[in-house]
Amino acid sequence: MRVLAPFRIALRALRRNKLRTLLTMLGIIIGVTAVISAISIGNGAKVQVEAQVASLGQNVLSVFPGSLSTGGARGGFGSRSTLTAEDALAISREVANVVAVSCEVRDRNQVQANGLNWNTQVQGESPDYLSVRAWGLTSGAMFTDADVRSASKVCIIGKTVADELFGGSDPIGQTLRIRDIPFKILGVLQSKGVNFFGQDQDDTVVVPYTSAMRRISGRDFLSAILIQADKAEQMERIQQDVTAVLQQRRGGREPDFMVRSQLELAEAATATAKTMTALIGSVAAISLVVGGIGIMNIMLVSVTERTREIGIRMAIGARGRDILLQFLIEAVTLSIIGGALGICGGIVVSKIIAAKMDWPTLTSTTSIVLAFAFSAGVGIFFGFYPARKASKLDPIDALRYE
Amino acid sequence: MSSNAVIAIDNIRKVYQTGEVEVHAVRGVSVTIQRGEFVAIMGASGSGKSTLMNIIGCLDRATAGSYHLDDVDVSVLDRDELADIRNSKIGFVFQGFNLLSRTSALENVELPMLYVRHSLSRNEQYERASKALETVGLADRADHHPNQLSGGQQQRVAIARALVNHPALLLADEPTGNLDTQTSIEIMGVFQRLNDQGITIIMVTHELDIASFAKRNVIMRDGQIVSDKLVERRLNSEAELKNLREAQLAVKLSA
Repeated sequence: MRVLAPFRIALRALRRNKLRTLLTMLGIIIGVTAVISAISIGNGAKVQVEAQVASLGQNVLSVFPGSLSTGGARGGFGSRSTLTAEDALAISREVANVVAVSCEVRDRNQVQANGLNWNTQVQGESPDYLSVRAWGLTSGAMFTDADVRSASKVCIIGKTVADELFGGSDPIGQTLRIRDIPFKILGVLQSKGVNFFGQDQDDTVVVPYTSAMRRISGRDFLSAILIQADKAEQMERIQQDVTAVLQQRRGGREPDFMVRSQLELAEAATATAKTMTALIGSVAAISLVVGGIGIMNIMLVSVTERTREIGIRMAIGARGRDILLQFLIEAVTLSIIGGALGICGGIVVSKIIAAKMDWPTLTSTTSIVLAFAFSAGVGIFFGFYPARKASKLDPIDALRYE
Repeated sequence: MSSNAVIAIDNIRKVYQTGEVEVHAVRGVSVTIQRGEFVAIMGASGSGKSTLMNIIGCLDRATAGSYHLDDVDVSVLDRDELADIRNSKIGFVFQGFNLLSRTSALENVELPMLYVRHSLSRNEQYERASKALETVGLADRADHHPNQLSGGQQQRVAIARALVNHPALLLADEPTGNLDTQTSIEIMGVFQRLNDQGITIIMVTHELDIASFAKRNVIMRDGQIVSDKLVERRLNSEAELKNLREAQLAVKLSA
């Protein structure tokens, strides 16, 4: 009761001049609305990207061939590739905490089945691929290590390929022709949708990597090696170990490969969203400061108008500190009511953006608490000078003030 | 120093520095006021009575001299300590009433209790404020706002506010300055009743007849006390009110 009493007094003082109070709050309301909307948009984008990154698989490292992979200078090495299945084998053998490794060969090819044809991605992988990508099958089964060893003519297909070539009918057991070579369809992948590079991940045909190399493209090097670790904490060490293993296999040569973690990919993808959030955020911060100056201005006017009241309060025994608190609490009440209205406004604006512009938004509790604290902070900061001015008044002068 | 003295002022001086010129507002005033006295301080404007009043009310500090209020040496206290003294030992009544507008009579009376150091419960505040309003005969006007009250009623609310913290001293600065004759006498009646109950009152006024309701008159000129004597023909508010009514009645009858 006694804690709330000053706020009651402040509310009564603010009610006396409703229009002025509302106009003063407007700066804070707009500022907080902007802050909440900006954070909601930023969070929404982040969650979306995170979901997409998660769809790439958990704790995954990718090894890509380096850019100096062409030209006759490397002839002495005896191989035309930079990344081989032996590299993958060495990694799975020598690096600790690695649970799955998949050799990857990517190509685009025209495929035919069921009297239809379709241009799609044909990727050679190891059986571990599904584990690495955290991907499941809606029906059928994955090919096995035996299929890899024998370079079997088997495949699993993505949902888009299944829809385009087979429509409603069951593709399992049917034959898919890649470069006129018949592959037996063993399974259909679950739908993963579009990744953050805009590619349809379901538009793919997965075959054993040995089959892709020997039967389809005829090349003997890999497009990538995908590595999955058991724990997220070990990623940095594993990245170093993988680099060391590959480096060792290449002797003293300059590195001709790159090791990338999902994290780096995610960072690149979230960079735009972050820039956007920072931009709206700084505009919002400026409007909060402007709102704060508005509060300071109106509090100074209020102190002057109520000089006599201050004199009366001092005469009957209010200390300077009591007066300071009274006006400070009034400024803070002003700003936190503005902040609360701004939070409501921000939630509404985020919902409208989500509904009308189809942008994902997410209003987190943290951002609400933060905005609330920030608006209270603005009230304290900009309310302090007028409140101090009031508390320093001389009671005799204040009582005489007309 | 006698423990019965509410106010013991010894050779107090107040000098204002206005630019190059020193203004001596109070030049060597000594006065002792006992518990239960009713003193009127009179003087023309510029006589130093307002300055003395501000010093007695702990709103201002003397340049030199000592001032004991209720046996406390207040001339050495700082701003905050003076505020506490004003809160606990002095009740103010002003010429312009100085009530907070848009605040009920009861809440106005409760105001000084807001600044009591050891805070009171909400209930206690309510009871004390109600009792103070009862003392000045306004118990039935507790919910009214100042703009719904007459001048005399507003001044009564101000008196109730001054009494609510049980001060040692009631200090009134031209309490009847804004009131008509009849209301002025009524307010003096309130003061006389309170004084009869043992409350010490000091009142600044420039009206001779108002001063005659007090027990002792102090007259100031040029920052010094020139006269300090007991009132010989003290006026009684009830008798004066009766006279006034009769006079008004006579005018009406003749008209």
